[in-house]
Amino acid sequence: MSSLSATIQEVFNEPGCGKNANKTEAERKKGCTKQLQPGGAAGGCAFDGAKIALQPLTDVAHLVHGPIACEGNSWDNRGARSSGSNIWRTGFTTDINETDIVFGGEKRLYKAVKEIIEKYDPPAIFVYQTCVPAMIGDDINAVCKAASAKFGKPVIPVNAPGFVGPKNLGNKLAGEALLDHVIGTQEPDFTTPYDLNIIGEYNLSGELWQVKPLLDELGIRIFSCISGDGKYREVAYSHRAKAAMMVCSKAMINVARKMEERYGIPFFEGSFYGIQDSSDSLREIARLLIERGAPDELMARTEAVIAREEAKSWASIEPYKPRFAGKKVLLITGGVKSWSVVAALQEAGLEMVGTSVKKSTKEDKERIKELMGQDAHMIDDMTPREMYKMLKDAKADIMLSGGKSQFVALKAAMPWLDINQERSHAYMGYVGMAKLMEEIDKALFNPVWEQLRQPAPWENTAKNWQAKATAQMEAEAAQLGVDPVAAEAARRARKICYCKMVDLGAIEDAIRAHALTTVDEIKERTTASSNCGSCKGRIEDVLAASAASAPAPVLQAAE
Amino acid sequence: MAKVTVGKKACAVNPLKMSQPIGGAFAFMGLRGSMPLLHGSQGCTSFGLTLFVRHFKEAVPLQTTAMSEVATVLGGYENVEQAILNIHKRTKPEIIGICSTGVTETKGDDVEGYIKTIRQKHPELATFPLVYVSTPDFKDAFQDGWEKTVARMVEVLVDAPMNAARRDPKRVNVLPGCHLTPGDLDELRNIIEDFGLEPSFLPDLAGSLDGHLPDEFVPTTIGGIGVEEIATMGQAGWTIAIGAQMRRAAEAMETRTGVPFRLFERLCGLIPNDEFLVFLSEISGRPVPLKYRRLRGQLADAMLDAHFHLGGRKLAIGAEPDLLFDLSSMLHEMGAKVTAAVTTTQSPVLERIMAEEVLIGDLEDLENLARERGCNLLISHSHGRQAAERLQIPFYRAGFPMFDRLGAGHQLSVGYRGTRDLIFDIANLIIADHEDNHQATPDTWRIAEADTPVAIDAGTMH
Repeated sequence: MSSLSATIQEVFNEPGCGKNANKTEAERKKGCTKQLQPGGAAGGCAFDGAKIALQPLTDVAHLVHGPIACEGNSWDNRGARSSGSNIWRTGFTTDINETDIVFGGEKRLYKAVKEIIEKYDPPAIFVYQTCVPAMIGDDINAVCKAASAKFGKPVIPVNAPGFVGPKNLGNKLAGEALLDHVIGTQEPDFTTPYDLNIIGEYNLSGELWQVKPLLDELGIRIFSCISGDGKYREVAYSHRAKAAMMVCSKAMINVARKMEERYGIPFFEGSFYGIQDSSDSLREIARLLIERGAPDELMARTEAVIAREEAKSWASIEPYKPRFAGKKVLLITGGVKSWSVVAALQEAGLEMVGTSVKKSTKEDKERIKELMGQDAHMIDDMTPREMYKMLKDAKADIMLSGGKSQFVALKAAMPWLDINQERSHAYMGYVGMAKLMEEIDKALFNPVWEQLRQPAPWENTAKNWQAKATAQMEAEAAQLGVDPVAAEAARRARKICYCKMVDLGAIEDAIRAHALTTVDEIKERTTASSNCGSCKGRIEDVLAASAASAPAPVLQAAE
Repeated sequence: MAKVTVGKKACAVNPLKMSQPIGGAFAFMGLRGSMPLLHGSQGCTSFGLTLFVRHFKEAVPLQTTAMSEVATVLGGYENVEQAILNIHKRTKPEIIGICSTGVTETKGDDVEGYIKTIRQKHPELATFPLVYVSTPDFKDAFQDGWEKTVARMVEVLVDAPMNAARRDPKRVNVLPGCHLTPGDLDELRNIIEDFGLEPSFLPDLAGSLDGHLPDEFVPTTIGGIGVEEIATMGQAGWTIAIGAQMRRAAEAMETRTGVPFRLFERLCGLIPNDEFLVFLSEISGRPVPLKYRRLRGQLADAMLDAHFHLGGRKLAIGAEPDLLFDLSSMLHEMGAKVTAAVTTTQSPVLERIMAEEVLIGDLEDLENLARERGCNLLISHSHGRQAAERLQIPFYRAGFPMFDRLGAGHQLSVGYRGTRDLIFDIANLIIADHEDNHQATPDTWRIAEADTPVAIDAGTMH
């Protein structure tokens, strides 16, 4: 376990992460993982994150060492696509039982590897550690090493048991497994000056194929994609690429950075969501490849492709403009993609009424502000009821979000579109934007909404759930309107730091009581922002507001 | 009479089985205002949650004690306490149902003890309904988790009646197995109510996961049986248990309250429903309503029309024991041959399945057996889709999870009407497969070359 905790420390200490660079030494040690709230947590574990990151490798057998829950409850649940092998969609698990818990599961794991090789003969097997075998001390590194030696085939330990942390940590630990055991272990048949690694792209719904034709046209070779539609051998020789693009923001930054460090492969962080981002990314790819020896003419060809594709893409959006005029979009998503589609949505004539910044860094927020100007309406943590109210008040005509919030929108009879990982449509690149517009159009103008918004003829509309929700909210607002003390309490109860559950009131009190002027001082007094640090921006806003106004007497009364 | 064998592989491939804790959590979802809580790492919950959301296409309540590595080693008291307090404060549930997982069972957390301490420390929780069930992932399967949890609900939540004489003969307890859908429960409710009886379903997924629009947005379950109604189940005249898995809960009910039970292992098929209606008629003292006489006729006609297509079909079926028993028995009665049967866990019904062998195994086993034995109809939950594609045989989705088709919550298998529609659905699949893949061609009956050296010589004759 000591080596696992060392790896975790190392991952926490990622110098390539801007967020991390802003932290003090002590904070960095604590890591970037949110302290999970028992009874209030959502989201996957480290094992989940590791599997998400590696499972799109299509020709690898992914073997989960653990009880049935870890694989039995989750296999074949990802929308990645393969152009070849389908072995990645096969669920392999040791399904350990009580006897294994008592006597150890290593023998079963070894036998499982043997069975897979005999029956399926994949080029490699990835073995995922889970909580229970980690607790009983199964040494998967040793089993993998022995199995590799015995069967003459790479058997790769992925050491990310669920309880070490959340999904994003698992993504990074998966990256470490590739760095330690896979990357650099084979040599390509040949290389070209146009060899590009794409890191952190999972080819969900086949969206990588929306971009690949353009790269093909430019003669740029996707040398290795980690991990969408990837093959084991391609990852093993990926250290010979000329340049790399890191796609999914922070998920695999350790892979990109260490490959730069070890093999001198320069990388940039880019996205193919949205027209502008696609163009920027293509330019950046060309620039890096030219820097590494590709002929200069690549840039001119790239610019020509960009000009052609942009024109086509804008033209494909054009017909939607009159239809979308005045329509408002509520965009709620993890953040990575929010800002990259905003520009295209706006170009199509859609008005943005808000975007969630839950997972976004401060820089992301700044970009949204910049893009959306003063109208930017940040929604950090809406309750379903507020979400409904916002939709109902026709502040929004359609909601774009991840799968989890869909039921609120749909039950409020509001058009909704999935833009997160479980979506069934691909929205990448120039063609992806046109697809997104088409889907928004279909959702917005479907006649189904008209009927669904009609109450049943016998229904007393004053008493239905919509009316109740509205009445309840209005009553609460009215109540607060006549009761300044309650209103103040409600204002003060707004959460600022979600990790440490620190509310606005506590921070304001601390500022006043100790004349605090910096985020660090507040952190010391209240523990706010001492964990993930993503609320730093909100605390700065509180500081600015409290500096601007003297404390009202009612505040003291509320203490 | 089937021989039950247990697979010997070290590696399960394409699991059919799902874990026990989420089967337990599933049972808690049939209670009103309920928040199921898995005591384990957050992944245990999130995988289960995704599975339920994809199956029902509804928001589903499920929480976690979010055990970290350190908490796991030191024991999870604080996490259980924090989780209960947070849920109690933030989501205002009427009940919290706690299931353990592999992680916390390996450590050996004494959750019953924790709950006692928590009740003492926090007077607001002194009488708050908390039900705990031990459901380690490394033992048993989804169906077992449900079985244990419903039995535990009976033990903890049902009041022992003061006076057995005050029974209400109109009231009937229904303990449905986890193989029944919300649609099945509504169908049963209609049938039972048609006899003038008042059923209480424990659990009642039809109230919570039938897709209805809630009156209010609540983070807990939006319907289901209330805790106060469960408490009074001891006043019912009878308990009806559906599926062999519910014997345990029915016996617990009888032990605690004296309410007698009748177990119906199957409610799919003609004869099982005859028996069911006769029983309802007996306990209600009312004749079988005319509408069921008509529905029986319709089922009989469906059986006549469909037996041409189902007769002789070689069925490969993978399902949890009670669903396996129910569907395979019905199809056997329609003339199908249960040629390959795979299940997840032990059950007394397995040896009565009309196959030579029932294997406790996985979908790889089922696929291989189906290929070896030339099966031409596959039934399993949605994870059978890859096997069906490779085998190129008609595939009927049944059971949980069904994430790649709509309407999982409303698929019927109980009652005359449910059986009738199920038979039509499966027969139509077979007809479509015949039209698409097995139409006669000039070469269909041509004798293959390898078998007929004589025929090749004969070719020279004309």
